This record gives sequence, C-alpha cells and structure tokens, in this order.
Amino acid sequence: MIWLSWRQLRTQAAVVLTALAALAITLAATRGQLSHLAASAGEGFLDAAGARRADSWLYLVTLVVVLVTPGVLGVFWGAPLVARELEAGTHRLAWTQSVTRTRWLATRLGVSTLAAAAAAGVLGQVARWWCAPIDTAVRAGHGNGGLLSQPRMSPVIFDARGLVPLGYAAFAVVLGVTVGMLVRRTVPAMALTLAVYVAVQIAVPLLVRPHLASPSHATSAITADTLHGFRGSGPPDAGGRIDALMVDVTAADAAGAWMLSSRTVDAAGKVVSPLPSTLADCLGVPDRAVGPDPVDPAAGGVRAGGLPPRGERVVAGGPAPAERQAGTREKACFAAIAQRGWQQKVTYHPDSHYWPLQGAETGLYLALTTLLAALCFWRIRRLS
Amino acid sequence: MNTPNAPTDGAGTTARTRGRAILRAAATGTPDPPPGLDAAADTDDTDTDTVDADGRDVALRARGLGKRYRGRWALSQCDLDIPAGRVVGLVGPNGAGKSTLLNLAVGMLTPTAGSVRVLGGRPGSGAAQLAKVGFVAQDTPTYPRLSVAEHLRLGAALNPGWDDAVARERVERLGLDPAARAGTLSGGQRAQLALTLGVAKRPRLLVLDEPVASLDPLARREFLADLMTAVAEHELSVLMSSHLVSDLERVCDHLVVLVASRVRVAGDIDRLLATHHRLTGPRRDPATLPADQQVITASHTDRQSTLLVRTDGPVHDPAWTRGQPSLEDLVLAYMRPTAPETAPAGRPTLEALR
Repeated sequence: MIWLSWRQLRTQAAVVLTALAALAITLAATRGQLSHLAASAGEGFLDAAGARRADSWLYLVTLVVVLVTPGVLGVFWGAPLVARELEAGTHRLAWTQSVTRTRWLATRLGVSTLAAAAAAGVLGQVARWWCAPIDTAVRAGHGNGGLLSQPRMSPVIFDARGLVPLGYAAFAVVLGVTVGMLVRRTVPAMALTLAVYVAVQIAVPLLVRPHLASPSHATSAITADTLHGFRGSGPPDAGGRIDALMVDVTAADAAGAWMLSSRTVDAAGKVVSPLPSTLADCLGVPDRAVGPDPVDPAAGGVRAGGLPPRGERVVAGGPAPAERQAGTREKACFAAIAQRGWQQKVTYHPDSHYWPLQGAETGLYLALTTLLAALCFWRIRRLS
Repeated sequence: MNTPNAPTDGAGTTARTRGRAILRAAATGTPDPPPGLDAAADTDDTDTDTVDADGRDVALRARGLGKRYRGRWALSQCDLDIPAGRVVGLVGPNGAGKSTLLNLAVGMLTPTAGSVRVLGGRPGSGAAQLAKVGFVAQDTPTYPRLSVAEHLRLGAALNPGWDDAVARERVERLGLDPAARAGTLSGGQRAQLALTLGVAKRPRLLVLDEPVASLDPLARREFLADLMTAVAEHELSVLMSSHLVSDLERVCDHLVVLVASRVRVAGDIDRLLATHHRLTGPRRDPATLPADQQVITASHTDRQSTLLVRTDGPVHDPAWTRGQPSLEDLVLAYMRPTAPETAPAGRPTLEALR
C-alpha cells in the first residue's frame, strides 16, 4: 500500500523535491559568504548585503519559494489525491481490492502529508539558517529600510522561514484532499484548494496570530524627538482630522518587533481619538511635506493599520526630528501634549516572541490538519 | 421472492455444464459472522444468509434493498437471491438498478434501505469481505500512468491472496506488454487487465459490471471467452451485468432479469428455455388457457394470437403451433412494462421495447 502511495506520488514528488533540493544546495553554497560579510561589515552588513545583487535575489527567491511551496503541495499533491480517482473511476479499482478504503486513505494521506511536511519543514529550516545573519542584524537595529531589513516577525517574513512552513504544508495537503473529496473533480478542487488556502493564510496573521501569545505593551513620550508624522484627512491646519500620530517606539525590544497597534492615550490611559487638528502645529508648517508613508528605520516594525485608507493622507515632518527647528508653535504644541499627559501606547510582539508564536501557529495548523483529516475519514466511507 | 412471475428453478443441475465444477462446497464452508460483530444495518439477520429456501447456496441475498441518490431511488425494495457456483447474468433495461445493485454488492455503495449480504457478509465490511469478492467495474478502470507490471504489483500489494503465477500467466497469454502503460492499451486489453486483477485476487465471487459494454464485437468475444477460461480454472462464482443478452447467453448458466428494481424472472437458462413456449394459433382469449400456463406476453391480430407462455408441463393443445423463443425474446418479453393485452393489435409482441 505504501508502494502504491509512493508510486502515485512519484512524478509530482520528483519535480517538487528536485526544485527544492536545487534551492537548498544554492543556499548552502552561498551561506558562507553571507556569514563572512556579516562578520566583516558589522553594522553596515545589511547595506552591503543589499548591495550585492546575488544575495538580495536569493533572499527574495527563498522568501517566495517558501511562501508558495505549501500552497503548491496542497494544490498538486492534495487536491488530486482522491478527486482524480473519483474522476477517472479508478477508486472502484482501488477500493475493491482487499484493503479497506479507510486504510487506503490513511496510507495515501499519510505518505503525501508526511512528505509535504518534511519537504516544507526542511525548506523552512534551511531558509531560517541562511537568513540567520540577516535576522540577527535586523534584530540589532541595523536595518536600513531595504528589502533585507524586514524583521522576521513581520507577517510575510514570519510565514517564510522557521517551523511554520511544516504546519502550512501538512494543512494544505489535507485541505486539498478534503476539498477533492467534496468537489470530486480535480481542476475545480485544485482551484478551490488554492482559494481556501490563500484565504486562511491571509486571515491567520490578521486575526489569529496576534493572539497566539500575549503581546507586549510600551508607552513612549510624544516629543519633538519621537514624533515624526501623523495620519489624518482633510487640510492639516484647521478643520482637518488627525487619526493617529506616528511616534518612534523607545522600548528596548522594539527593534525587529511586530507592531500591532500604536495609539495616543491620555493620562488615565484612555485612547484619545480623534486627535485635535491643532496637533499639526507640532510638525511645523502644515503644508511642508505631503507624501507616502515614510520609511522609519528606528521603529523597525510594520505599522499597524498598514496603508492609510483612501482619502486620507500621511504627513511627515520634513527634516529629521532631531534636526527640526523648534519654532514657537511647535514648542507650544508639544507643551500642550505634555501638559495633558498624552503618551503613545504601542502593542507589539517583540522578537523574543518569535519561537513561541512559531510553535503556537504550527500547532494551530496541525490541529486544523487533524480536524480535516477526521472529516476525510468520515467522508470516504460515504463516497462511491 | 415477492414477485409473482419470478420463477426460481428448483433443480440444481444444469445441462449447460461448461467443464467446471459447481461450487457448492466452497460456499457452504462460510461460517456466519458472530451476531455481535456484524450487527450493522441488517434487518434480517438470520442464519440462512448463505442458503436459500431450497437449501441452495446463495452468493448474494438482498432483502428490501434500496439506494437513493439525491432524492431519487436508483434501486428500491429489491429482493433477490443469487445462487453460488454459477455464472449469473443480470440483465435489465437502463435504469433498472443493475449497476447500483452490483456496486452495493461489492461495498462501493452502502444501502439506504434494506440489507444485502454477499457470501454471508456485509459488503465492504472489512478486508476479509473485500478479499472474497472481486470486482471489474464498469468501463474497466485502470491507472493510465501505471504499467501493466505495476498493476500486477498493485494487485499483489493490496491482496493477501494474490496469485502472482496466475496473473503473470494471463498477462503473457493475453500478449500484454508488462512495460506498457495502461493508458496506451486498447479498450479490450484494458478490460483484460482489469479482469486479470479481479481473477488473480482469487475471490470466491467475481462481480462484473457491464465489462464489455464499450468493447467492439471481437474484443467482446475474446473477453468473454477469456472470462470463461478463468471461471473454469478457478471455480469462481460470477455475477455479471449486461444489457446484451447475446453476450450473457454465451457465458451464463443462470439469468436474472431486473426491471425497475424488481426481479421479473430468475432461473437457470436451460430451464427458462425449456419452460417457455411461443404459441401461435387462431385468435383466442389468453384467459381460456389451462391454469398451469402463465401468459407472459400476448399479441393479437384479427384472426391470430401469439402468446409467450411459461409452463412446467407440456403443451398439448393441437390448435397451437409451438415455437421455441430465443433467450433474447424471452428476456425482452419479461422486460416489457407488463400488461400485454394493452399492446396494439397486429404488432409483433416482442418488438420495440422502450
């Protein structure tokens, strides 16, 4: 039975494993240079690595490959596993041999799921190992805002290395099998598997992952040194609305952290919203600079809320905060903030939560996998 | 048997011996499963699951068997005994429930109502039950990308009773290239491969669901001849469906006509032929026939009546010209929707079904 499972997986497995092995060998071969560069370049490592096209390119390829591999396995290994049998009628051959269909499914599902989980698990570990110098530098706050400076806690990078790809792959394959058993046709099952998998992959970082470990909180004073912009709508001087301030996080573990939310709170800890439009004074002349969301190396994290909604705009201070000429209006503005006791409160997952979150999320996906597998075993007894 | 015109044939002997042993002994050896272990979904758990009222071995027994798909009954209220040790043909119009019945018998489907027992066990209830029953499904599915040799390996891996010598001998005799992928085989060769899997598994009952439906006449004949060889060699009970009576006549010694889930007639073919007569004579009301002559179909012109009657005794009335109906005539007559007297006068009785 294991022979049959392997025989039916062989071609797809050969394609996928060859591609992954090629990537793994390339990574293994280039890792030495990266470590060497990290040791020699010091704080300038991320700049130096980012400037080397091969490293940037390999970083990006690894990121994409690890991200898409579980989905590909679910679509090409999982979805056709039962659906193709049902479509071609070969299930009538397979299920009338002297092996119960439960055992048939257990073996085929087991072989495919384990192979997929192993492939994705190894890939995740290789990616983590290759990216370790980069992650160390980002954690140390050496980020320069470039591609390599995304912290490993940020939602996309989190998915692309470490333990979680193993859970994703197991989930994707069993999801594919389940969908195939329900839809009964291969191509629609593949499409639906992809759609559901992508939806889950988007929903989990947004809705579930922040709660898999209890996040940290920190407050920062709002001063000329830390305030570097605000987000709002309408004219920034009067009549406009300010929704949020952009304040540098001063907490020690902010570098490499995943920012969940950043809110202005008053002395009692209550969220101040909306903020008075007079706060525009804090940034000096209102119309000075209107532009896209500035990249902020010091905050290092991904801002909660992401891009501003349509119709809003982001105003950033022109000169860096430290160099800003503190005019009278600015001084008065910051004095008003201090007098009201307003502070910026941030909720975030520091880098130290990386492995707890990886473990919890892998466990979550494996639990979902188990549920789907139970559904498969229930369902196969009713197929014909 | 709740159908009035479903004669079962009491005599176990058949003149159509095809050089094979009647498999009584094999079927009698089956012990009934302990009641506690096999209590699922059976309404008529009796110790007569393997023997019918006349003491004959039963390969398959259905009682009130029904299967519903999406609100439509593909088979309903089916009562049926299939004797063991025979090559049994199951014939009936499309939609009669033949395929559903066979799929229920091999455990591909589970009954919605009633029960079915095959060789004393519930179909698909476990590996042991699966091993007892071989199945060649409709359109004889095989894995297109596996080679012939890999199909044999598949059979060996999935069947503890696999007879590799038989499988190899058959493949060689049929001229199948072991390295050829099943997808490159002709329909006939694929059917032969599927039959090889079914036979080399060494089941006690081999179920074939329209195995020759998609084959050309030559391939069909070869397949059936090969099936008969296998049956003779391995002492199999066979249950085969087809809507081609001529195919069944060539290989079967027992026939079951299934129409709209009901058994219209069942019996050994020799006996069916011996007890059915086509009578042609002056126009006459069929009700005036002797009591032992059952009219199956009747057609009348102004002056003449043509009847198909079933009787165990001889037909003495000199007014009749007696003819021997072919098996096909007989089957088609039973497949008619009943009520022969409503048939338009002047048209041949056995024409234009459906």
